[in-house]
Amino acid sequence: MRISPRGLFWLKVLLHISFLLPAFYLVALVLTDNAGGDPVQYIIHYTGMGAINSLLATLLISPIAKRFKIAALMQTRRLVGLYVCAYALLHISAFISLDLLFAWGLLFEEVIKRPYILVGAATLIIILLLAITSPKRIKRSMGKRWQSLHNWIYLAAILAPIHFYWSVKSEIIEPSIYIALFAVLLFYRKDSIYKWLKPKK
Amino acid sequence: MTGKKRFTQGIQKRASWHIPDNQVTPESVFNDRRNIIKALGLGALGASLPGQVQAGIFDLFGEQKAQNPFVTQGLQYATPAKFVLPNPKTPEDKVTRHNNFYEFGTSKSDPVDNAQGFKVDPWTLTIDGLVDKPITLDLHELTTRFALEERTYRLRCVEAWSMVVPWVGFSLASLLKQAGVQSNATHIAFETLFDPDQMPGQKSRLMGGGIHYPYVEGLTVAEAMNDLSFLAVGLYGKTLPPQNGAPIRLVVPWKYGFKSIKSIVRIRVMDKQPPTSWNQLASSEYGFYANVNPEVDHPRWSQASERSIGEGGLFSAKRIPTQMFNGYGDSVADLYKNIDLRKFY
Repeated sequence: MRISPRGLFWLKVLLHISFLLPAFYLVALVLTDNAGGDPVQYIIHYTGMGAINSLLATLLISPIAKRFKIAALMQTRRLVGLYVCAYALLHISAFISLDLLFAWGLLFEEVIKRPYILVGAATLIIILLLAITSPKRIKRSMGKRWQSLHNWIYLAAILAPIHFYWSVKSEIIEPSIYIALFAVLLFYRKDSIYKWLKPKK
Repeated sequence: MTGKKRFTQGIQKRASWHIPDNQVTPESVFNDRRNIIKALGLGALGASLPGQVQAGIFDLFGEQKAQNPFVTQGLQYATPAKFVLPNPKTPEDKVTRHNNFYEFGTSKSDPVDNAQGFKVDPWTLTIDGLVDKPITLDLHELTTRFALEERTYRLRCVEAWSMVVPWVGFSLASLLKQAGVQSNATHIAFETLFDPDQMPGQKSRLMGGGIHYPYVEGLTVAEAMNDLSFLAVGLYGKTLPPQNGAPIRLVVPWKYGFKSIKSIVRIRVMDKQPPTSWNQLASSEYGFYANVNPEVDHPRWSQASERSIGEGGLFSAKRIPTQMFNGYGDSVADLYKNIDLRKFY
């Protein structure tokens, strides 16, 4: 199926709206005092879910594009991927500013000591690297290395749901579902992952 | 909105922007829709529509459940000076809107959203086991059998946040003395109401966070007889709202909040250590004693400091150092003289 440039433009507008709306909705909830008596945990969880859901969405794009033969869809991956980064940054900012209240020493200690925070931090670093190297100009100048760097998204797709699973006190059903969803999306790419991991000759 | 619904949506909508149901439209938001619309500056738009159309628009967001707030009653009580704290109190609307009560859902706002229809009348609290005279108290007796007093206690959650709460109630020891604890007794077991029809978290594993219900807790006899151990029937001068554990709950201020079991129906005096809910679920993370201890971290986060929830908005909270025994060491440290608190966390 072909999408006209105009169609692609409107698809992108639609994507922007659907990724921005939840963020504005969160602001409205907090401003109207509807995110709970102490909304800190709510904000951290909400933005974390925003990041993990956007990550699922980016990984869905190429399977959908291949299955329904819509090549133009591939051009939306950067847009969606940048929202993963945006929500991940909101998530960590909320943790540092609202929960830790800028206790940097504590943050440093927690990243070293607590595996689930370390896993989250590693995921964030991967996502940040991918976002920074996403402009076309940088992509061109990186040549082949660009693809091998961006294959690290597979690792992020493993780490993000583990971080979620590990962070909860006892509510493991929802994070387990996410682990399963990411596993399916990675299984779908098993050939390219195998190629990526195979020692280069 | 039930947990089950949230579960299936997670699967069906994975292709697009998915937020679990409970985060998308909490009922409180739905009920507060006019204020939200006002805040978004859409009031004028809505005002131009006839009433019926307005209602129709908002019906799209969900089924309206008529849930009137639970009715609390004023209490008569003394205010002993030794239980007055200099710390500023956590405002009532935060104490009653930020709760861990998984029987009504695992998010902090679930209890206030889901518990307003909770029925406390009739209620029976039974005190039995190794006692001379078993006692049963009905709802009325909970607030009339003992002289009530107000005690303002620090509350430290195991999740590293804290509040300062003015409870109303009576000492656990005064109740146990009336029942007459026998000399061979070593522990006291507590049990929360089990009523899945009223407590959705007990019905659905997804909503109840995987806890094995009914929720149970326990203390040693010495801990229970300590003057600080308190049975609260009220909060801020009024009977407890359901989200805070109506009609009667335990408050043990030198232990993490999960020890302070809510909506108690049974207190049983025993000669062995009873099982306790969080310990059953993850014994490496939650011990039987669960004394507040800044030196023993939770395996997944530090217990050295806490976010103190006080007055004001988002950025007004403070991170303060956590005190040993939550600052109640003078009254309770003796109980643990011969115990290695690293091993018996």
